[in-house]
Amino acid sequence: MTHEEQVRKMTDMIAKFVGFTGKKLPDDVIAKLSELREKETDPMPKVIYDTMFRNQELAVKLDRPSCQDTGVLQFWVKCGTKFPLIDDLEALLKEAVVKATFETPLRHNSVETFDEYNTGKNVGKGTPTVWWDIVPHSDKCEIYTYMAGGGCTLPGCATVLMPGEGYEGVTKFVMDRMTSYGLNACPPLLVGVGVATSVETAALLSKKALMRPIGSHNENERAAKMEKLLEDGINAIGLGPQGMGGKYSVMGVNIENTARHPSAIGVAVNVGCWSHRRGHIIFDADLNYEITTHSGVEL
Amino acid sequence: MVKYENGKKILVTPISAEDLADIKIGDILYLSGSLTTCRDVAHRRVVEEGREIPVDVRNNAILHAGPIIRPLENDKFEMVSVGPTTSMRMEKFEYEFVKTTGVRVIVGKGGMKEQTAAACKDFGCIHVVIPAGNAVVAAVAVEEIERAEWRDLGMPETLWNCRVKEFGPLIVSIDAQGRNYFEEKKVEYNKRKDEEIEKICKEVKFIK
Repeated sequence: MTHEEQVRKMTDMIAKFVGFTGKKLPDDVIAKLSELREKETDPMPKVIYDTMFRNQELAVKLDRPSCQDTGVLQFWVKCGTKFPLIDDLEALLKEAVVKATFETPLRHNSVETFDEYNTGKNVGKGTPTVWWDIVPHSDKCEIYTYMAGGGCTLPGCATVLMPGEGYEGVTKFVMDRMTSYGLNACPPLLVGVGVATSVETAALLSKKALMRPIGSHNENERAAKMEKLLEDGINAIGLGPQGMGGKYSVMGVNIENTARHPSAIGVAVNVGCWSHRRGHIIFDADLNYEITTHSGVEL
Repeated sequence: MVKYENGKKILVTPISAEDLADIKIGDILYLSGSLTTCRDVAHRRVVEEGREIPVDVRNNAILHAGPIIRPLENDKFEMVSVGPTTSMRMEKFEYEFVKTTGVRVIVGKGGMKEQTAAACKDFGCIHVVIPAGNAVVAAVAVEEIERAEWRDLGMPETLWNCRVKEFGPLIVSIDAQGRNYFEEKKVEYNKRKDEEIEKICKEVKFIK
């Protein structure tokens, strides 16, 4: 295969995968939603969960995006320095989004700021979002895909606390966001929390946290404990599906962290809605691929 | 009018104020008839620019939504995916919008606030939510897109005038008496949140 053919092949595969993730939720999300559905007993949450599951079946059957807001596409790339298409990657991801937009179809969700017009292609200045992690000595490329819908983007918030506010301040910051904005962001939510040194480090981590599988834990024991405390605490608020009341509010809480300046605690929260359209695909140097988020997919 | 079929309570357009009189927050309804997507910029045009809405929504329903549409031949369109968007964004316009247009049912996502509740009470209107993220369930309830107006706004913001059949489930969030489901729930949520914060804070004193 020539280099150009490889670029085209990877573009096609990403476009197909992106389109697919708009129609079928990842295995871990489906499993968690099934578990929460079983635990609800009141008629209203039951009607809502029934609608959600009927919708996901119809989306696959009719081959349509399960939610109309197919988001701004965001890619978290962990690319080896030896991956043969590293130079082409950012451009081909953009091309793949355009392709997926017309083939799937996806909604046109890129509005140029200041000029304030919709590009009509679902891409624009800096969209899709691409974040890079460079992996030395590797020839593989891992890509997380994420459809960031408007509803679940809205609760996103970051701040810097004084150390005197401590993890108690982190707790309050996250919990307050759940009742002010979270209930409108299509619960049950996946909550991502970043604890770091400044607004941007915390904010990036809070999104990265949403890429982690549901049920996974931070490797730091205290952070993992805080994940559990927040999960139980937010569940006890009883937002239920769609924020209309129920026994559970979240699919999980994932915390990601770094060290911090002694004078500052950067904290951020980002949420994923119940329709958490995350994908994860790993390419080797020959473009053989493995998909970890969805079983039984052929691109 | 209101009809009951297959155990469902269905509002059929045109809808009168009397049809809404005994509907209460938390009720589950369905809608058949005329439903027009209408969101941010369309509200702004009607309320701030004073422009006449090109689809008559009087005694009909609007949907806060930006759908995915597939163009067909002869200026026809297919509804691929449609679901509600955050209604709160329309709160600042909704009182004037309801007053001007005479809309009876506002379908959206999440709660709205005092202005919309006042409009519901003053003009005989309800706000209902369709469980969000269920765009295919909603799309298959659209029988036909009859008109598309203000197309200059692009796909999400165009007024897509749809004929729908048993569109729902719709959960009443503000009734025509002005009661507000989400605002009442928020009081409970905030009380429980404060209790939980207190509990968690005892466990996270990591800075010593």
